[in-house]
Amino acid sequence: MALAQVKQDALTARLQGLSAPAKGWTAAARASASDRLAAQGLPTRRDEYWRYSDPAQLTKPEVSGAATDLAPSFAALDAVKLVFTDGVFDASASDDPALAGVELLSLAGQADIHWAQGLYGQLETRGSSPVERPLAALNTAYATEGVLIRVTGQAAKPVSLIYTQKSASSDVILHHVVKLEEGAEITLLESGTPGARFNTVLEVDVASNARFHHIRTQGPDADRRGVTHIFAHIADNALFKSFTLTAGGRLTRNEAILEITGDDSVAHVAGTVLGDGKDFLQDDTIFITHASERCESRQVFRKVLKNGATGVFQGKILVKQGAQKTDGYQMSQSLLLDEDAQFLAKPELEIYADDVKCSHGSTSGAIDETALFYLQSRGVPKRTAQALLVLAFLAGTLEEIEDEAIAAEVHARLEDWLHGLDG
Amino acid sequence: MLEIKNLHVKLEEEDKVILKGVDLKIGPGEVHAIMGPNGSGKSTLSYVLAGRDGYEVTDGSATLDDEELLEMEPEERAAAGLFLAFQYPVEIPGVGNMTFLRTAVNAQRKARGEEELSAGDFLKVVREKAKTLKIDADMLKRPVNVGFSGGEKKRNEILQMAMLEPKMCILDETDSGLDVDAMKLVAEGVNALRSAGRSFLVITHYQRLLDHIKPDVVHIMSNGRIIKTGGPDLALEVENNGYADLLDGVQ
Repeated sequence: MALAQVKQDALTARLQGLSAPAKGWTAAARASASDRLAAQGLPTRRDEYWRYSDPAQLTKPEVSGAATDLAPSFAALDAVKLVFTDGVFDASASDDPALAGVELLSLAGQADIHWAQGLYGQLETRGSSPVERPLAALNTAYATEGVLIRVTGQAAKPVSLIYTQKSASSDVILHHVVKLEEGAEITLLESGTPGARFNTVLEVDVASNARFHHIRTQGPDADRRGVTHIFAHIADNALFKSFTLTAGGRLTRNEAILEITGDDSVAHVAGTVLGDGKDFLQDDTIFITHASERCESRQVFRKVLKNGATGVFQGKILVKQGAQKTDGYQMSQSLLLDEDAQFLAKPELEIYADDVKCSHGSTSGAIDETALFYLQSRGVPKRTAQALLVLAFLAGTLEEIEDEAIAAEVHARLEDWLHGLDG
Repeated sequence: MLEIKNLHVKLEEEDKVILKGVDLKIGPGEVHAIMGPNGSGKSTLSYVLAGRDGYEVTDGSATLDDEELLEMEPEERAAAGLFLAFQYPVEIPGVGNMTFLRTAVNAQRKARGEEELSAGDFLKVVREKAKTLKIDADMLKRPVNVGFSGGEKKRNEILQMAMLEPKMCILDETDSGLDVDAMKLVAEGVNALRSAGRSFLVITHYQRLLDHIKPDVVHIMSNGRIIKTGGPDLALEVENNGYADLLDGVQ
């Protein structure tokens, strides 16, 4: 059977279980996404950016998994907490969605959200070229819930999206939109597992002088199957920083597609990953476009893999013509704790400006035996010494989190989860 | 204290014999020095005693207070009271020096069935000991040995020794890479730890370190064996005449 037909058949099967796209203010965006999806079909292993991760878990019609019961990651932090259970907003478990300088609305609401009209599905559309991202188009077309956040000032505290999964067969599609007006600043937290299978899209529009911080934890549930996309548009003198801690899961594909169109801006994407077991596959696929001058981008990923776990990094920096003085950097590193674990890295640089600084690096290695012996010679038991060295390696990326209290919280989770990995 | 009998060691990966029957006995409170030319097996001896991988003991024994060291894991040897000050202290990015020290101290206390030190008590002790070694707060906060100068690394070794309070200390070329002032500081740190219940094995190429850390006994090692043992004068003899005369005398 021709490949195109395979993709179409997979799509037809997948869509059968989904309810028709909603009407209302998102109707046009959804219709356009449906058209794109129909033209593209669902991804297969033969697609350029799905060579390392088999999308079958994300595209097959049926879902089965185990319900999870995860301790929330940011419980101790003062934040506006919004809870989604199996993809449905749970008002009774959530805080009052009121925060000075911030508008918090639900995608499921009926009212026309004028400011979101120009964003919903729009950043996703822009980010789906030149590389097609059918799962994101599927999300735009069929998302049932999500949060719409408009930030006009300095948010006094973070907004924390907490996902809980109770059903073993929930198939969750969430679509969030964040719009930061000029000079605004907010921190968005995400934690937990949205569903037995999930597909989330986060569209972020960062205006001039605005600052967006995103910190996310995924895990440590063993059965997780999910794909996430972040699409960001970044104007001048702005800042965008996203950090993700992932532990466990069968297939977790985190894509970030950032487009910097204003001068003097900063965009960082970072992640720390703990993978254990043959069934573990985690994939970071990043695409950062520099279309303006004097901007800085960073892609910093560290993964610890054991017992046959697989880690993937596909990172691209595209520097467009005229994006002079671009400073782009990507570094993906892995620590392989045994011979069965594998790390697959595909760094790409595509540069059309002549005065730029771009670099990439990737390392894979075992634990440093010399350091291990040094610690043991001081009386530290081998297992403790290994754990200390693994933590030290992973904690390197936590520097990407600016807020100290949040960084400490993530560090504590990392230590807990490492401990679990050890046991 | 430390008793080594007929120790034979070869490299695991190549069939190369490094130690060919080392005998050595160090009593409580004694300071012994081992001198010898490059490649004589001095550093191998220290690594084998500390338990580093890559060596195979083909014969002989090494006991610390009658306990067989060679069968223990490195951390067990440390808990039993053995300490090796490394010739090249290892840099460990991401692990704070203070965390490292506290983890080590408490791991040893735990292994010996003693109560762990609280954060407050630990801090008090470490600050006091660091001060005498001129180790500032910044060095304690930084990752272990990362960006430390040669002198700072060696002082950090002595600080670890002071915190862990071992009974048998092996100093592997602690003078290498140090200027005169740094060497004096390190030697003072070592001397401050000398006591009736603590012994030292000082491995060095040169006599100059022994001007500052005065040994009771000096051994000359060559080609995997101890070929001569004497008093502190033996070190002076080496300084004046080199190893050649001694080696000729043996062969």
